[in-house]
Amino acid sequence: MYGNDFGPRDDATTPLNAAETEEYSTALAEYFDGLIDADSRIEPRDAMPDAYRQTLIRQIAQHAHSEIIGMQPEGSWIGRAPSLRRKAILMAKVQDEAGHGLYLYSAAETLGVDRSELLDKLHAGKQKYSSIFNYPTLTWADVGAIGWLVDGAAIMNQVPLCRCSYGPYARAMIRVCKEESFHQRQGFEILWTLSKGTEEQRAMLQDAADRWWWPALMMFGPPDTGEAATGGHTAQSMAWGIKRFSNDDLRQKFVDMTVPQAIKLGITLPDPDLRWDEERGHWDFGPIDWDEFWRVLKGDGPCNAQRISTRVAAHEEGAWVREAAVAYAGKLAARGEGAVA
Amino acid sequence: MSAPDAAPAAVAGARKPGLPDARTLHTRYLLSLGDDALIYAQRLGEWLTHAPQIEEDMALGNVGLDLLGQARSLLTRAGEVEDAHPRRDEDALAMLRDEREFRNVHLVERPRGDFGQEMARMLWFASYQYELYTALLGSADATLAGVAQKAVKEVAYHRDHATQWVLRLGDGTPESHARVQAGLEAVHPYVQELGEDFDAARWASEQGVGVLPSSLAASVNAYVGEVLEGATLVMPDEPRWHARGGREGVHSGAMGLLLAELQHIARSHPGATW
Repeated sequence: MYGNDFGPRDDATTPLNAAETEEYSTALAEYFDGLIDADSRIEPRDAMPDAYRQTLIRQIAQHAHSEIIGMQPEGSWIGRAPSLRRKAILMAKVQDEAGHGLYLYSAAETLGVDRSELLDKLHAGKQKYSSIFNYPTLTWADVGAIGWLVDGAAIMNQVPLCRCSYGPYARAMIRVCKEESFHQRQGFEILWTLSKGTEEQRAMLQDAADRWWWPALMMFGPPDTGEAATGGHTAQSMAWGIKRFSNDDLRQKFVDMTVPQAIKLGITLPDPDLRWDEERGHWDFGPIDWDEFWRVLKGDGPCNAQRISTRVAAHEEGAWVREAAVAYAGKLAARGEGAVA
Repeated sequence: MSAPDAAPAAVAGARKPGLPDARTLHTRYLLSLGDDALIYAQRLGEWLTHAPQIEEDMALGNVGLDLLGQARSLLTRAGEVEDAHPRRDEDALAMLRDEREFRNVHLVERPRGDFGQEMARMLWFASYQYELYTALLGSADATLAGVAQKAVKEVAYHRDHATQWVLRLGDGTPESHARVQAGLEAVHPYVQELGEDFDAARWASEQGVGVLPSSLAASVNAYVGEVLEGATLVMPDEPRWHARGGREGVHSGAMGLLLAELQHIARSHPGATW
């Protein structure tokens, strides 16, 4: 919908994000083949090890929370979007994220937990969301940068999940990736328009890239294989077919896909070590500041407190509404009129 | 009421000496409808991430998006009818007009209250828009009739959404009952303006382009009254004061702040493309 109206014509076939690659198409094909080969997906009624169940609940809940918290940095720009078309697209995008959150909470519920239980854990700080949303959106270009870099990185992580061993999660990912691909295109298109705009608009674009590049690379998580591995759940998740690639593999794929797009936008990425390595056939990039990653993850980020307090306030201020809906449904049931939607 | 430099009465369609010309009145009529939709969309956008449950974030976003779509069509049409040089498109009209040029009613510009108050506002506004767009299906302005055809289905959903919530809240818990009743009281001084006639609407009604707001009031009141009864709520007493003048560009203090947020990026970068 938003694509194909920017960029040089001859690049029309170049994938802009991971959902436009062969891998996504293959994942789709394999998923449907998987339906025939019934053993290839674990479904809610199948027996599964408790650790597998708990790992999935934690991962799917964290993913759902990220969608819900991720509505905030962009939602704050709905009122300020610079044109009515941009406002409509942004409202639809934030709404999509709410929808993704609902899908994912539903997928988690197939594992025997309740959405309200998961939300309580989010509100109490017992479950996490993607740390990228602890950074603020300071300009309109940040809305574009979130689409381009944050959604781009998220798709890179999520496309392999379309082949995840747990059926409901894999199916949710197929739809989520499709919509995220639109989101990533609209982000790139915002930035492409800025790149063709006034001097102030180009400066806004460069500033956003400077602030979002490194946090986007951190989204793949710390190294989880080889000598640099810092522990975590990767080995077990790979054995269970929940995770397909290491964090570093996904990060490298993201860098390789994104650097040429930055060049097209005419911006400089904030990494003096960034260069094409002919021998490896990949872009080399400089060291990531993992101290910053851990600091923000542990609460020392510009928006950690704000994100949770906004979410908790909405939840608490809405309690009387949810209670009323339950009470009313109870009254209708008592009168024999059945529940309302 | 008319501007000092208004066109002479000889222009076709003018009702009385001193009234603006037909083009101006037609434009103003479209702007009043478009501004209602735009400003309420702006307010509903504020709910995203603040709704009582995630489903409601989506629903309020949906209603806002529908209204924004209506506003874009209506403002675009207003720009065509106005035919200024250079022509004003939807963004020029939304982002570059000053407060006194906005013709929305006060109801839609009111700051966001609690969810009960929002459902009270939506019930009144969607009920009004439902009668309005139903009447506009036969508009002599084919574009306006087309907008109405799409919009009437949308606002039927908005009206139903607000109805369902007013029923749940009114007949839910003692707290929800008290809150939605308070919400109805809070918005009541802003309801009457929806049904008040203004020059552009009188012209539009005479030309078959539009409809007199006063002709919609009885149906709107009847619908809302029925919902309130089902919800065990009471229709508030006639307020001592009620809002007036929005159609002529006179607004409340909240409007300037709303426009500051709506317009500031566009106005900070004159001539830029987004």
